Amino acid sequence: MSFRILISLAGLMLAAAGTESAQTAAKTSPAAAKKAWTPPRTPDGQPDLQGIWNSATGTPVERPDELKGKEFFTPQESLDWEKTMQARNKKDDKPGDPGVVGTYNDAFWEMGTKPVKTLRTSIVIDPPDGKIPALTPAATAARQQKVDRILHPDGPEDLGLGDQCLMFSTGAPPMLPYNYNSNYRIVQTKDYVAIYVEMVHDTRIIPLDGRKHLPSSVRLWYGDSVGHWEGETLVVDTTNLTDKSSFYFQLPYQVTTGPFADENMHVVERFRRLDADTILYQFDVDDPTAYVRPWKGEYTMSAAPGPIFEYACHEGNYGLPDVLRGARAQEKAAAGAKTRQ
Amino acid sequence: MRRFRDTMVGLAVTTMALALCPVPAGAQSSAYRGPRTKDGRPDLSGIWQALNTANWDLQAHAAQAGHVVALGAQGAEPAGIGVVEGGEIPYLPAALAQKKANYEKRFTDDPEIKCYMPGVPRATYLPFPFQILQSQKVIQISYEFAASARTIFMQKMPPAPVDSWMGQSVGHWEGDTLVVDVTALIDQTWFDRAGNFHSDALHVVERYTPVSRDVIQYEATIEDPKVFSRPWKISMPLYRHVEKDARLMEFRCAQFVEELLYGQYRKTPARSK
Repeated sequence: MSFRILISLAGLMLAAAGTESAQTAAKTSPAAAKKAWTPPRTPDGQPDLQGIWNSATGTPVERPDELKGKEFFTPQESLDWEKTMQARNKKDDKPGDPGVVGTYNDAFWEMGTKPVKTLRTSIVIDPPDGKIPALTPAATAARQQKVDRILHPDGPEDLGLGDQCLMFSTGAPPMLPYNYNSNYRIVQTKDYVAIYVEMVHDTRIIPLDGRKHLPSSVRLWYGDSVGHWEGETLVVDTTNLTDKSSFYFQLPYQVTTGPFADENMHVVERFRRLDADTILYQFDVDDPTAYVRPWKGEYTMSAAPGPIFEYACHEGNYGLPDVLRGARAQEKAAAGAKTRQ
Repeated sequence: MRRFRDTMVGLAVTTMALALCPVPAGAQSSAYRGPRTKDGRPDLSGIWQALNTANWDLQAHAAQAGHVVALGAQGAEPAGIGVVEGGEIPYLPAALAQKKANYEKRFTDDPEIKCYMPGVPRATYLPFPFQILQSQKVIQISYEFAASARTIFMQKMPPAPVDSWMGQSVGHWEGDTLVVDVTALIDQTWFDRAGNFHSDALHVVERYTPVSRDVIQYEATIEDPKVFSRPWKISMPLYRHVEKDARLMEFRCAQFVEELLYGQYRKTPARSK
């Protein structure tokens, strides 16, 4: 059973034409980038991360068993892997089954196929096996409870955050690619770096003035982020997350096995441009009440032509009431079956 | 020296007083020259907020009791002198009837209740702060209400391929005024809680003019031939949040309206109130 929501505008995302940044795209062809590339600066003299970036990638979050012991692809293996990922996506390239809710197909997905530019075989880089570390017993139980509620929802708050139009894996740190619309717009001023997240039109506004975190009693869906520059790298420190927001990333085809975290998660992110059309994004996750050890990940984001369309998720959330009605219908059918026995 | 200091203090007070006076329309070629970006434009970056009751009713209105008895004075509607130039909104006859019908149903039909993105210009005068992030190619505005946002493109753009809640914004500078042309707005938003509304033919031209370090004079010309007989204009000052460590907080209200929108589908609807 799938709980994904069809959103009115989503189909149009795929039709995104290269209008807004056509110039940028032309300027940053890979061949041109390989020559001499000087990291650009904003007029205020800071490293310039601005533009539209897409994080879709064929590199999975966790290293698949078939790639056990292999940290990097060779260039040839990378091409082969890309073909494998293309084939995976194509599997869905057929019309939806009539009467079945949420039969998304390849026309809808926007999952990456190309491995990250660093040719890593997993987004998780520490532990070295490329797997997210084990959850603590308490977190294991809490996550199981959450999964059960998603599968048998009593009310809207039981559903996945994406189904509630509250957040997708691209949102709060650590930001991870989603099945579609993994787009960001970075805008900089002298005092802030702002990361506009396509889903769900949220903006992470990161102050650079050295301010302290909010009191720990204040909890935010996106947490409280403060940033500073270390050479070419933007370093962002995030605390004050909620126990609701950061736990459940719906990863491609891993609806019941997403990473989990709680309100004690502390994330340090690093953004650095590798070349004209690549940002290296690195993150450290420390959540002692959720994980038995800290873990780290990294992937590359690619310059994208845009435009980014408005993701009016909540405004067009016809799926959520239907999921709940479906759950009620199932309960009724089950009760009926019991009576007949 | 003493005399010099007194003069300076006097000037400062005058400046402050000027800053607090809304600038009349037409007088916006203010002599004020504030902080500049490196490319020489007025720097509008900051956290801003309107201080008026336009979100209740764009037009002048007296205070009145609220809709929810239990909320008492807390839920009452505050009065306001209105932000519409000339006072009247030039509705076409059929549209005026619709506005009146909207007013009767305002406590159920205003899209603000459902936490929908507010559109333009309403996002500006909702009682929440918003942050302007001014870069060279784009100016990003992030609104605290519903985490809504818009990008103002400082270059020519082709017409938007589809309408959206916050529309498509294209900006340019006229002297020290940021002029923003807003099109492709969906017909689902209202201008206020009093049922003032528009169609999908809405076209808004906004003007942001800094008149002191901490005040932007804002005006929006509203044009919609399906609803109004002529263009009309609202104007108001926007005030900078000057407090230390000012920041946008979260008002991700989609979570606050789940019971209202979906409570009826609960396993045990008795949980709803």
